[in-house]
Amino acid sequence: MTIRLDRLNPLQLDALKELGNIGAGNSATALSQIISKKIDMSVPRVKVYSIYEIPELFGGSENIVVGVLLRMFGDMQGSLMFLLDEESARKLLSDMMLGQEVGNLTDELPMSAMMEVGNIISSSYLNALSFFSNLTIIPSTPAFAYDMAGAILGTILYEVSELSDQVLLIETDFLGNGEAIRGHFFVLPDLPSLGILLKAVGVE
Amino acid sequence: MSAVIKVGMADYKVGNGPDKLLTLGLGSCIGITLYDKRKKQGGMAHIMLPKNPTPDNPTPKFADSGVDLLVKDLEKMGVSMRNVEAKVAGGAQMFTFSSSNEMNSIGYRNAESVLHELKKRGIKVIAEETGGNSGRTIELDLETGDLKIKTMGSGEKFI
Repeated sequence: MTIRLDRLNPLQLDALKELGNIGAGNSATALSQIISKKIDMSVPRVKVYSIYEIPELFGGSENIVVGVLLRMFGDMQGSLMFLLDEESARKLLSDMMLGQEVGNLTDELPMSAMMEVGNIISSSYLNALSFFSNLTIIPSTPAFAYDMAGAILGTILYEVSELSDQVLLIETDFLGNGEAIRGHFFVLPDLPSLGILLKAVGVE
Repeated sequence: MSAVIKVGMADYKVGNGPDKLLTLGLGSCIGITLYDKRKKQGGMAHIMLPKNPTPDNPTPKFADSGVDLLVKDLEKMGVSMRNVEAKVAGGAQMFTFSSSNEMNSIGYRNAESVLHELKKRGIKVIAEETGGNSGRTIELDLETGDLKIKTMGSGEKFI
C-alpha cells in the first residue's frame, strides 16, 4: 500500500496522535525516573512537513543543538530523534549526575549519558508502540551529535528525501525541572512503515 | 552594496560579484560552488544525495541533476565551464553508529558522487573540504571567489 502523506484522513491522524501519546507517556515516565524529577510532556503533534522546512524547525539551521538518533528496524523503519538546546542538555545531564557541573559535552561521560537518555526515551516509546500495534520494532544503538541543527536534521532526512519531498513527524516536547529542560522528541517513519503501522492499528 | 543570496537545502542559485552566496548547516549534504574569476560570476548548489533515481525529474536535491542544473544556469549567463573553478565542502558524518549503518557513509558517498560529476564535465576542482564530523556553513564571495567555511568547533577559514 502506498500512502500519500497529503491524503491522510482525520481518523488516521488521530490514530497516530494517540500512538504518539501512549509512546511519549511511557518515555516521560522513564525519563523522570532517571533524573528523579517530574517530566511533563506536550500533546503529541502529527504533522506533514516539506523536507525543505525541516532544517529550520529547531531554532534555525545554525542553532547549536544536542541530538541523539536511533534508527528503528523490524516491521517498521525510520528514525527516532531526541533534540535539546545546549543549556537544556547541560541541566538534564547535571540532574542525572546528582548536580555535578557538566564540562565539555563531547567528553566521554556526558556523551554516553546523553546517548543513554536517548536510548531510554526511544526504547520506552517503541515498547508502547509495539504493544499497541503488535508490530516488532527494534531500536538500533544510539548515536550522538552536538552541532548545527540544520546539519543534523539534513542528515537524517537523507533516506526519506530520495523519493519524497514530504515527511511526517510525530512530535512531543518534554519539559523538566520547571521549564529549564526543554527536549524535543520525534519519530520519523519511512513511507512504507507508516502504511504498515496504520494497517496494524486498523485505520488503513 | 553587496547582497547575500541564501541557498536552501536541495536548492541552487547563481549570481554576480560583489554579491555572496550562502548556505547554512551542511551536514552530510554537500555545497558545490562554481566560479569564473574573470567574469566574477558563479553559482552554488546544496545537494543532499548522490544520485537521482528519477532522471526525468531533475532537481537540485541530487549530485548528478544538481550539478547539471547549476551548469546550465551558468551557461545561460554566458559562463563557460572551461573557465570555472569548483570548490566543494560538506559530506560530514554527523552520526556514528557502532553497528554498521547506511547513515555512516552517506556524506562520503555524496562527496564521491559530486567529484565524479564535476570531473565528468571537465570542471577543475581547486579546493575541497569534505568529511569529518562537523556541520559547515559556507559563503562564496562572488567578487573574489573565496569560500568561507564556518564550523562550530573550529571557527572560520577560507579555501
